[in-house]
Amino acid sequence: MDTQRVHRFTQTTRLSVAIMALALILAACTSTAASPSPSPSTVASCAKADLVLKTAGTLTLSTDNPAYSPWFQGGNKGSELFDGDYGNDPYKGKGFEGALAYAIAGELGFAKGEVTWVVTTFDQSFAPGVKAFDLFMNQVSITSTRAEAVDFSAGYYDVYQAVLTVEGSAAASAASIADLKELQFGAQIGTTSYQAIIDDIAPTKDVMTYNTNDDAVAALESGQIDAMVTDVPTAVYMRDFQLTKGLIVGQLPTPGQFGVVLEKGSTLTACVNEAIAALEADGTIAALMTKWLGTDYTVPELN
Amino acid sequence: MAAPRRSRKGTLVAAISTIIACIAVAAVVGSSAAWPEVQHAFFNGERFANALPSVWGAFAINVQLFVFAELLILPIGLLIALARSVQAPALAPLRLFAMVYVDFFRGVPSILVIYLLGFGVPALQIPGLPKDPFFWALVTLVLIYSAYVSEVYRAGLESIHPSQERAARALGLSRIQSLRHVVIPQAFRRVIPPLLNDFIGLQKDTALVSILGVVDAFRRAQILKAADFNFTPLMTTAVIFLVITFPMTRFVDWLAARDRAAQLGEQR
Repeated sequence: MDTQRVHRFTQTTRLSVAIMALALILAACTSTAASPSPSPSTVASCAKADLVLKTAGTLTLSTDNPAYSPWFQGGNKGSELFDGDYGNDPYKGKGFEGALAYAIAGELGFAKGEVTWVVTTFDQSFAPGVKAFDLFMNQVSITSTRAEAVDFSAGYYDVYQAVLTVEGSAAASAASIADLKELQFGAQIGTTSYQAIIDDIAPTKDVMTYNTNDDAVAALESGQIDAMVTDVPTAVYMRDFQLTKGLIVGQLPTPGQFGVVLEKGSTLTACVNEAIAALEADGTIAALMTKWLGTDYTVPELN
Repeated sequence: MAAPRRSRKGTLVAAISTIIACIAVAAVVGSSAAWPEVQHAFFNGERFANALPSVWGAFAINVQLFVFAELLILPIGLLIALARSVQAPALAPLRLFAMVYVDFFRGVPSILVIYLLGFGVPALQIPGLPKDPFFWALVTLVLIYSAYVSEVYRAGLESIHPSQERAARALGLSRIQSLRHVVIPQAFRRVIPPLLNDFIGLQKDTALVSILGVVDAFRRAQILKAADFNFTPLMTTAVIFLVITFPMTRFVDWLAARDRAAQLGEQR
């Protein structure tokens, strides 16, 4: 074989690759300051006929699969969309978010039959591009940086984070945040629970993060972590139904808010906010909280 | 070395066609109405820079994992390959074990193995058994990649012509000695490129450790992504992995080219 030609070929290839890489980097990194989306346009009317929807005449709601209790409940018999034994078919309209979703739909003028549900994963909910849903409800906490990528409705639930552990764990006897600092914590990836551990507890050991709360529970039960953090209603549910020797140490001081996720710049955002305000004012949200999240749990606050 | 005129012209043509191809790709991607949004979500220079220190710090986990794993896989893979090629009838169970082992760990998705070992074994609460997720991730990678690597070794061993071993035996070397001094050295040289290829795969699979809760580079990027609803930190991870694997892929290509040249030289 002609080694001269081999040499030239590799040299040329190398040059091409270098140029290509440079071009891609330049293309990718230029003008990142440019505003990515139009600012939310003001809506003249929230009348049902004026709403801009994914599917005309139908409100497309969305959550993740599986949807966890107590946010979605009511069994999944007959569900084509949601399977598994979580008992959380959103079409049942049960659980706090399931019921609230239908209440918001009702405020916007949609009867139960005029609502469809689609499955959206957490990551899909904020991926760029056209969304498959009008409203996404999946215990998403509102933050200002997140709001650069999506629209958030007004908060519909003030959420506190709870420290959950099992009997016999080093965390079980903790009475204050100072007692928790040296312990090994875990949380579900991507949650504000993780952030709460960093902000409120600031433990000395790196926080373990799991794909799901179920994985975190497995690690908690096998002693790989001393305690996990999740929102109070979920923690209470896990203590009562998922863990055999579950124990809530207490709740962390900094609260957050769950909001509905909408496409960035959605014309529906203002209307959803109106609906939430109305449901707040007439006591519907408070009633749904009592019904689905209960009031019988008392969680001590950690300082 | 003065390149011939023909060669310089070729380089120029290649450069121009590459630039045109790049412009065409950039034009197609950039002409999409949604490009600014995608760019903001995936290629945000500021977020890239912000993510770099913490993702780079977490990458130490990946490096430790693949260095330890590679050091274990090299001998274990060879032992399994040798076990598979033993001919003594009395050692048939060993051969069978090696065969079942390789079939099993090549056939089962790594993610299932890491779940089973990383969550299942510690849940047994057996005293003395480690619970450390890093340890179980290491075990998973060693089990799976030893199976792959043993097949690479076996291909190498089988590619050495039987006459080599017969000649060694004729000179009075035992079976073990002929393997040790004649067959394995030749086989090893031949399998270095595919071996390194498997190790590149291994380096990327170290991200599996994140399933067990350990915050590696990929998991750190996921945390940042979910905190800000922006995917750019994942690109940071991609670049870091490339920086490590790219020299290795080039090295593998260079080795393969050298090997080919050497073999062609032999035929001349």
